[in-house]
Amino acid sequence: MGPFRLEILTSRDVRDRLERLELPFNQYGMDPFGISKKHLGVFYSMLEAFYKTYFRVRCFGIENVPERGSAMLVGNHSGGLPVDGGMVLASLFFARDLPRHATGMVEKFAGNWPFVSEWFSRVGQLPGLPEHAVRLLQDGRLLMVFPEGARGTGKLFKDRYRLVQFGTGFMRIALQTGAPIVPFAFIGGEEALPTVYHARTLAKIVGAPYWPVPPYLVPFPLPLGCEIHYGKPMHFPGTGREPDEVIEGYVEQVKSVVELLVIRGCALHRQRAGATSEQEPTDSQSPTSGSDDGTAP
Amino acid sequence: MKILITGINGAHARMVALRLRARGDEILGIDRRPWPDAPEGVHVFQTDVRKRPAADVFRQHRPDVVIHMATITHFTASAEERLRINLHGTRLVFEYCHEFGVKQAVFVGRHTIYGAAPDAPLYRTEEEPPLAVSTFPELADLVAADLFAAAALWRWPNLKTAVLRMVYMLGPTHRGTLASFLAGPRVPTILGFDPLYHFMHDEDGVEAIVRAVDHQLSGIYNVAGPPPVPLSTLARGTGRQPIPIPEPLFKYSAGRFGLPYLPPGAVAHIKHPIVVDATAFRRATNFEHKHDAHAVMVSFRES
Repeated sequence: MGPFRLEILTSRDVRDRLERLELPFNQYGMDPFGISKKHLGVFYSMLEAFYKTYFRVRCFGIENVPERGSAMLVGNHSGGLPVDGGMVLASLFFARDLPRHATGMVEKFAGNWPFVSEWFSRVGQLPGLPEHAVRLLQDGRLLMVFPEGARGTGKLFKDRYRLVQFGTGFMRIALQTGAPIVPFAFIGGEEALPTVYHARTLAKIVGAPYWPVPPYLVPFPLPLGCEIHYGKPMHFPGTGREPDEVIEGYVEQVKSVVELLVIRGCALHRQRAGATSEQEPTDSQSPTSGSDDGTAP
Repeated sequence: MKILITGINGAHARMVALRLRARGDEILGIDRRPWPDAPEGVHVFQTDVRKRPAADVFRQHRPDVVIHMATITHFTASAEERLRINLHGTRLVFEYCHEFGVKQAVFVGRHTIYGAAPDAPLYRTEEEPPLAVSTFPELADLVAADLFAAAALWRWPNLKTAVLRMVYMLGPTHRGTLASFLAGPRVPTILGFDPLYHFMHDEDGVEAIVRAVDHQLSGIYNVAGPPPVPLSTLARGTGRQPIPIPEPLFKYSAGRFGLPYLPPGAVAHIKHPIVVDATAFRRATNFEHKHDAHAVMVSFRES
């Protein structure tokens, strides 16, 4: 992985945005968490193609994500592969002038996969450990959390957009660090990679929690339009040492907001899908200039 | 102040001795190896820390401070030898410290005891358990020595005990675990993995040990210099060629083709990072490293 080969793969827009990204890179282009500017260039250039062309992602309510300081982005997980994670990262990087980088909390099995492990750590996607979450938030960074975990991406097409149980660990960390929670919904992922079956043996061989099989067999997402809806930041009182029932109550509040964003997002998504069969929708609902509270009309 | 340094003939221990001597401390040393041209004011007793004459050094000279650096990390020594020196040696040194009224004991340990694992936190704090017992079983003796030294904190509360878990020391001395790994022109890496490596300059490491003495530190502290860099950057920065080897072939390549010999347990430590959070040490001693990662690599390469 020579430095020159990697830089060639970085688009001009990404290069400009990387210069504006507020991460403490040292002379090797590395930040203290092992995030590499060079690798980010390739990573975001790849995401750019998916975000702008392949999934034609439209992002609503990006202004709800703070421009600086810590926040925890909490949303629904869907679509067999974590396409939603990639597109949320892309929206934070591309949807407004000041790009931000978020760290995802990755399933631990990825740490043992060659290349995947290396790339995830170079682009700041760390194993989902509470220690990482606390440290990143205390450092004023953005954290992307899917409290459904692998249960979320592993759901079958017939259960699409039905939220499964939320983990509660994220709430204690948000309270402990005082970070606001920005709820979001990702729409389109379920249709892009509809899982109809789980290949358990294959999953076991590669050490993954499941292996999604779509009707067309190859687990690669289809080029369908997707949307991201960010809701208003949520603040909860507490220190993170509250009893489980208090925490579960807070988590339910977040879950219902995400659920609402999903329902509204799905309505808009159907509208868009209908319009696409005739013509592309007008730009009045286009990225960043979308409705101010991240909800669909 | 009268300061006894065990393992004084190690490259870093000598640097510590000279630093302390230069500012007027009286230095005693214990080592199996001789230091023929030891400067005036540095008195070396050629013996093993586990032998009776070592106890006599404590008994007769009554040092105020002991800096325990008589541990070995290289794998050319047998497992039994490592256990004898690292664990039993540490045990005896701490018992002498207690018995002969030493005021402060500084155990110079290593950050590798935290162990490298795919699901371990990137930054280790002092509260993290030493995973190396399972990720790198050959390091079990060092883990035991570290924990034994730390037990002095509750066992003998009157003895100020500082356990320093230091990141790799690298620089002009070309000594230490990481220097041995980087000794040849080619550095083996595991294909598809590029972990962060945490290291500090020889002189910064020495400075940190001296500060632990000056601040009469008591407790367990991670000690680090500049932020970590990936192994590939470290290899290139020190003028070496990283050779990525597929993991299943790794054990067949160690010690061959000009690559260093490594025990099987070392694989995890070449795949995954061990990085420490040294905030507590910096806060307690106002320690600031003088050499950034680039300077450390250049100093190693050019000396």
